[in-house]
Amino acid sequence: MNRMSSAPPTESHVTEDGRTIGPVLMELRNITLRFGGVVAIKDISFDIREGEIRAIIGPNGAGKSSMLNVISGFYRPSEGEVWFEGARRPAMRPYKVARQGIARTFQNIALFSGMSTLDNIMTGRITRMKSSLLSQALWWGPAEREESDHRAAVEKIIDFLEIQHIRKTPVGRLPYGLQKRVELGRALAAEPRLLLLDEPMAGMNVEEKEDMSRFILDVNDEFGTTIVLIEHDMGVVMDLSDRVVVMDYGRKIGDGPPEEVRASKDVIDAYLGVAHD
Amino acid sequence: MTDLLYAVEVMINGLMAGVLYALVALGFVLIFKASGIFNYAQGVLALFAALTLVGLQEGQVPFAHLINAAFGTDLHYFGWQLPAVVAIVLTIGVMVLLAIAIERLILKHLVNQAPIILFMATIGLAYFLEGFGDIMWGADIKTLDVGLPQGGSAWLEQATAGWGGENFYGFFIDRLDIVATLVAAVLVISLTLFSQYSKQGRALRAVADDHQAALSVGISLRFIWVLVWSIAGIVALVAGIMWGAKSGVQFSLSLIALKALPVLMLGGFTSIPGAIVGGLIIGVGEKLFEFTVGPMIGGATENWFAYVLALVFLVFRPQGLFGERIIERV
Repeated sequence: MNRMSSAPPTESHVTEDGRTIGPVLMELRNITLRFGGVVAIKDISFDIREGEIRAIIGPNGAGKSSMLNVISGFYRPSEGEVWFEGARRPAMRPYKVARQGIARTFQNIALFSGMSTLDNIMTGRITRMKSSLLSQALWWGPAEREESDHRAAVEKIIDFLEIQHIRKTPVGRLPYGLQKRVELGRALAAEPRLLLLDEPMAGMNVEEKEDMSRFILDVNDEFGTTIVLIEHDMGVVMDLSDRVVVMDYGRKIGDGPPEEVRASKDVIDAYLGVAHD
Repeated sequence: MTDLLYAVEVMINGLMAGVLYALVALGFVLIFKASGIFNYAQGVLALFAALTLVGLQEGQVPFAHLINAAFGTDLHYFGWQLPAVVAIVLTIGVMVLLAIAIERLILKHLVNQAPIILFMATIGLAYFLEGFGDIMWGADIKTLDVGLPQGGSAWLEQATAGWGGENFYGFFIDRLDIVATLVAAVLVISLTLFSQYSKQGRALRAVADDHQAALSVGISLRFIWVLVWSIAGIVALVAGIMWGAKSGVQFSLSLIALKALPVLMLGGFTSIPGAIVGGLIIGVGEKLFEFTVGPMIGGATENWFAYVLALVFLVFRPQGLFGERIIERV
């Protein structure tokens, strides 16, 4: 599947499969991240365009998750700037980043295990709930109407992800693959502008992977959600993504459409291993 | 027949004492659920709330001793008496301010620390608040009177007097206990509804489950902590009013926290209904035990019965009646 995209950053264009890739939504400029003496990310720049699926790949310990944590505000970069929707983003706590419309999933599933599937996805809408503490407490008219509106939105997501049968099940009891799906549902419930997926298919079997790939493509296609995903499975990455950033030892060693990246000598070296002399 | 009626009376009184235990336990459960902190200061929180309520109601000048010592004045009272309702609302305000201060000065700096560290911090908080309350409002024993009815219910006594034989004079039930039961019921129902159906309640449960995930959906941990400590402060105020009206506001009020411990072991640290049921079981259990076994072994069993019962529970059901099951995965 060829989903090339290489237009100037301010213009929109339409891909071969009919999706519109818009102007730049987020730009990372010269990001460096240090933990004490360890450099996790070294001077990396790239952009994410509206409506595209952007993959970040690289061997273990390349700094992919760190990069995602910088985007979602969980880590504060030591140097460099994050630009979102045309403005430089000041240092910001993660919950504020979430309120800007950036939702995420985690590599090691972070769900509210005591709550049901429905309640978990409902928490995803917290940033969209408006009514005040008082009217909530007294269960006044606006609060009640709001709750049912949000319920309707959540039911739609549940239908979309085909998890009707586990609506009331506490998620702690669900198998791994379904938990990952619920976590995606929770992120979707926020109706994010930018969706960050940290290894959405890790530990899944082939069938589950196929399902998840389909959901990711559908989210992107139907809602036009911009997606950044980290993935190990090269086949999946090549199929899903419009553009790929390749990281190795905290540096960026490749950036471009999948087939271009796959052909790059640096990338092949990084994945297969080559003697450094 | 008469004996049976006495037993019933003892049970009813036990249930009502249990409600008071449950009120204190509830404060613990709320904070433990939301932040995994065992709040050692909960009892002192109740004492501080009661002190503040009495002080505001009687128009006491806060920090009077300190001010008088520093400026050579002789201030003690503003010279007003606030209506109970106004004083209670103001005290709630003070408890919310206290919650904000606790978050700003303590919790904020201990994010991601082990639970034992946070537990130690609440021990420090308990001793600080104890002293702070003394300096602010004075260390003398105060009477708390917010107009709650006191003494046995004559109506109930007369209504039931005919049930037994000659030696039965009707049920003696303290009206304060009846009020406490009603208040506790309202409190529990509204807290349950709040945590199940409101945005903040859902956020609160989310934070209790997973901090990272809560952040990722846009929940501010700091706001939730202030909220939880505020609610715990208000529950402490209610407990403080009930116990204070019963036996005066003084240091020993903070020791009611010790009564809540066995309740928590029974009901589980994470369950609101558990706190209630646990409180009731302890209340009824200790009264009935005193009534039946007490005379045989010289009485005063109420001091230790609750702890023994809790120990038995620890052996057979360490997570409590309603607590989350402890599953160890290997």
